[in-house]
Amino acid sequence: MSENKIHTENMFLYYSEKMALNNISITIPEKKVTAFIGPSGCGKSTFLRSLNRMNDLIDGVKIEGKVMIDGVNIYDKNIDVVNLRKKVGMVFQKSNPFAKSIYENIAYGPKINGVNDKSHLDEIVETALKNAAIWEEVKDRLGDSALGLSGGQQQRLCIARTLAVNPEIVLMDEPASALDPLSTAKIEELIVQLKEKYTIVIVTHNMQQAARISDNTAFFYLGELIEHDKTKKIFTNPDKKQTEDYITGRFG
Amino acid sequence: MTKKEKKGKMKKLSGLEKWQSERIDITQKRFRIGDYLAEKVIKGVAYLSIAIVFLIFVFVFRESFPIFNTSKPATETQVIAKQDSQETYGAVTDNGSAGQKQETYGAVSDSASKSNTQETYGAVTDQSAAPKETVQAGDSTNSKNKTSDTYTVSAGSGSDDNRSALKSMASKEWVPVSANPRYGLLALILGTIKITLISLLFAAPLSILAALYVSVFANKRMKELIKPTIELLAGFPSVVIGFFALMVLATFLQSVFHYETRLNSFVGGIAMGIAAIPIIFTITEDALTAVPKSFYEASLALGASKWQTAFFVILPAATPGIFAAILLGIGRVFGETMIALMATGNAAQMDLNPFASVRTLAATIGAEMAEVVFGDTHYNVLFLIGSLLFIFTFVINAVAEFYVKGKLMKRIQGK
Repeated sequence: MSENKIHTENMFLYYSEKMALNNISITIPEKKVTAFIGPSGCGKSTFLRSLNRMNDLIDGVKIEGKVMIDGVNIYDKNIDVVNLRKKVGMVFQKSNPFAKSIYENIAYGPKINGVNDKSHLDEIVETALKNAAIWEEVKDRLGDSALGLSGGQQQRLCIARTLAVNPEIVLMDEPASALDPLSTAKIEELIVQLKEKYTIVIVTHNMQQAARISDNTAFFYLGELIEHDKTKKIFTNPDKKQTEDYITGRFG
Repeated sequence: MTKKEKKGKMKKLSGLEKWQSERIDITQKRFRIGDYLAEKVIKGVAYLSIAIVFLIFVFVFRESFPIFNTSKPATETQVIAKQDSQETYGAVTDNGSAGQKQETYGAVSDSASKSNTQETYGAVTDQSAAPKETVQAGDSTNSKNKTSDTYTVSAGSGSDDNRSALKSMASKEWVPVSANPRYGLLALILGTIKITLISLLFAAPLSILAALYVSVFANKRMKELIKPTIELLAGFPSVVIGFFALMVLATFLQSVFHYETRLNSFVGGIAMGIAAIPIIFTITEDALTAVPKSFYEASLALGASKWQTAFFVILPAATPGIFAAILLGIGRVFGETMIALMATGNAAQMDLNPFASVRTLAATIGAEMAEVVFGDTHYNVLFLIGSLLFIFTFVINAVAEFYVKGKLMKRIQGK
């Protein structure tokens, strides 16, 4: 594995009293795609959201242990959460473009981060849309409402919006689960392209998807990290029986 | 288990079996009387509400309609005979001219010639209006007939009367009870607009920011404390707010801003703002809370701070709701009578100074309707004011609807 980007050590997460993550220790390499798989409610989304502290928004969440990004514990007291989220972008399961124009959706991130120069913004918007492989489809109607796009286009727009702030890590929470096969294929293609520049962590329920696009795969079950290894190994010769059962569809 | 219980259980089971074995027949269309009635009743209620609003408007406008009755005097002599029966509607039977009749309410009750020069209430003696009055007093015995063919009866409003009343509406003076009555609406309209603006400038930012705090920033406990507290204010009778403004707020604001008149549009505006705050707050808060949580998350995930998210994402997304809230606030202030009566000073004057006393349209109706002669010109004018309030509200709503839906939303949300 190449350089470590994310690293957790003995991490526990509680919703009020209920333990949701149990002793997670994992190392995620830079500029690779890491997929989290596992049955619903196993904590993979929770873990993903704790990597950019989106769980802070939920009342009663308590986290123990270390979550290091680039060697810094992101749950330290003097961490700037706003900048953390700039560094660790996130794409959600349900595409959620703002009720603004396509252009404004992309420009929003740079704008709040202080980019006001129009030509500079134009450039950022164009690059982000190109990187998200949606530029050709929307370049003639940047002023139209983003809500008028199709589901797949909206999701790619959301990816573009995330890329526009120039993150280092992109977290994706089942980005293709609500899309048709064609849009899914486009997004998968996109993810593979993006790993040249970004570290990508993706949660997916689609086993073939994980096998197709990821370099490493982590299998979660009941709040525990069961196994984490090269995707090829997980899908061909897993160490643990549980992993094998899940992958072959015997449970979950 | 007793026999009876066993039997009951058996029966239930057979009922279930019957339910399961029943064939569903789709070949015959059944008339469902319950559905039919419920639909009709709901439809009826909906139509009724529209009809009621429409009828109120028709009634108000009908009462004000005689004022527009200004046909030529040529036809006037023909229908004098009907005159007696008309006057039974009026509270006062009066053989005299309209000019004299009005004078019975003014303090000065004199001959027509004297009324030219003397004013009861108005401080200003209007030179140009005075000669007209003489003609009017002489003519109006004849001119009353015009009203007889409509069944709205005005005891005192002849067509000449109406003409001068209509003419005077564009003036600045509201002196309805006088030998020379003038119904200048401009000062009233200006006063209403002024006070609406002041109260909105006071109430809208306060309530929108409060709503933003409650829906985005406040924790659960704060939210549960603030929301009901502000909403409690909506249940306050306006007479209480008016009283508070009259006794406490006016004195306090005067000691802070050192203006001359104690009761003025500023005090009234603030007091009405207090009445409008819970309305604007509640609806804005609902609109902000209805913005999908995913917007909030998406914005935060892009590295926006909380207030940036609130200001640039949540507020724009809730714009239609906030506009609706402000419109309702305008409606409340526009029609607010009690607070206006108590806290604004009730002086109809054209003055853009916020610290000058004003008189609003609604307060004018409230103050004078009880003392006006049924069917009098003054009475008609008051109803005309009522229609005006109606039309203003309608226009504001319509414009806002078209503007917000048509242009503003496109600019904010894209085409």
